[in-house]
Amino acid sequence: MIETNAIPAFVNRGSFIELNGRERAQALFDKGSWRELVGPFDRMVSPWLPMQGVAPEFDDGCIVIKGKISGKPAVAISLEGAFQGGSIGEVSGAKMVAALDLATIDSRDGKPTAAILLLETGGVRLQEANLGLAAIAEVIASILELRQHAPVITVIAGTVGCFGGMALAAGVSSYVVMTREARLGLNGPEVIEQESGKDEFDASDRALIWSIHGGEQRAGMGLADDLVEDSVDGIASAVQQFVRAGKPAQHRSEQVELYRRRIATLDASSQIDPLALREQWKSLNSKGRTQ
Amino acid sequence: MEHIEFDYPNAQRCITNRAHVGVVGSGDMEVLFEPSEGAGAHVSITSSVNGFRDAWKAVFDRFFSKFDGSVRIQVNDAGATPGSVLLRLEQAVEALGK
Repeated sequence: MIETNAIPAFVNRGSFIELNGRERAQALFDKGSWRELVGPFDRMVSPWLPMQGVAPEFDDGCIVIKGKISGKPAVAISLEGAFQGGSIGEVSGAKMVAALDLATIDSRDGKPTAAILLLETGGVRLQEANLGLAAIAEVIASILELRQHAPVITVIAGTVGCFGGMALAAGVSSYVVMTREARLGLNGPEVIEQESGKDEFDASDRALIWSIHGGEQRAGMGLADDLVEDSVDGIASAVQQFVRAGKPAQHRSEQVELYRRRIATLDASSQIDPLALREQWKSLNSKGRTQ
Repeated sequence: MEHIEFDYPNAQRCITNRAHVGVVGSGDMEVLFEPSEGAGAHVSITSSVNGFRDAWKAVFDRFFSKFDGSVRIQVNDAGATPGSVLLRLEQAVEALGK
């Protein structure tokens, strides 16, 4: 028989990554404070997937939950990574946009409502190409609107990661929370390898991929605000902390000059490795001066 | 993609709850259980994998040999094995009871 104290803590922790999209969203809210909007029983399915021989999902892979986090109004929008790679189609995109816009309306009416985006997605759903692209543009516009009133918090837990157009949504959000297992990037490794060759980026080299796209590197570069262990409590408390903090004085994506200068001062004479990039970026502080 | 329907007119026990379990991920499925509108149970399956009508029939025959609820069941399937299907159905019954 195994004694309880012999079991390491990581075995007993409640894993966030092992939850599905719906359970992840539910786990963030104050107990008993939430309800799901446009749930599976409403059957808002993609009309396009069955036409292409793909079984749809009753929530189109987008779960919207409204409730309270740390006693403050919040809405969580969770993409189900297991359904079509968490991709954004017409219906899932429309659900996301409507949820963000309702949060903006509430926030304008004096009830600041934070949005939490749980992004496990490869970006646009290829079967709904143009509609998915349009949805991404609308999502970004809605985030830019809402973030003036309340924080937009992106959580990338893994293991799908966040790529494509939804990486832009992560980029314009107020805060980004990642785990070590999560990845964030515009083009996924396979796309880069396909376009530029295996010499440029070897998509089968997992260590290389995580050293560039992984949560640790993204937090090290300042592109993610918090690096947390994969646990329900850890991620929920990181989200609570940012909900309480409210919107930041300045969003990352507003610091255009800083990032321009960071890129301009990179020494590209030799291959830059991920660790060196972190150091070089850190040496330029938010006022753009070399420390 | 294939659409399959079954009727189980002998499942007459009144059900008032509804349940949703599962995800349409590779090798998995989602299922909705709702009170039936008429008498008996009705099953409607949308599967990405074609040609398994007999296997679906066998799984649901087995399920309804024990379950007698008058329900409308809707399945979206992405290639769940018969074993997974039965587990999801049993999970949904458990969720109905909550």
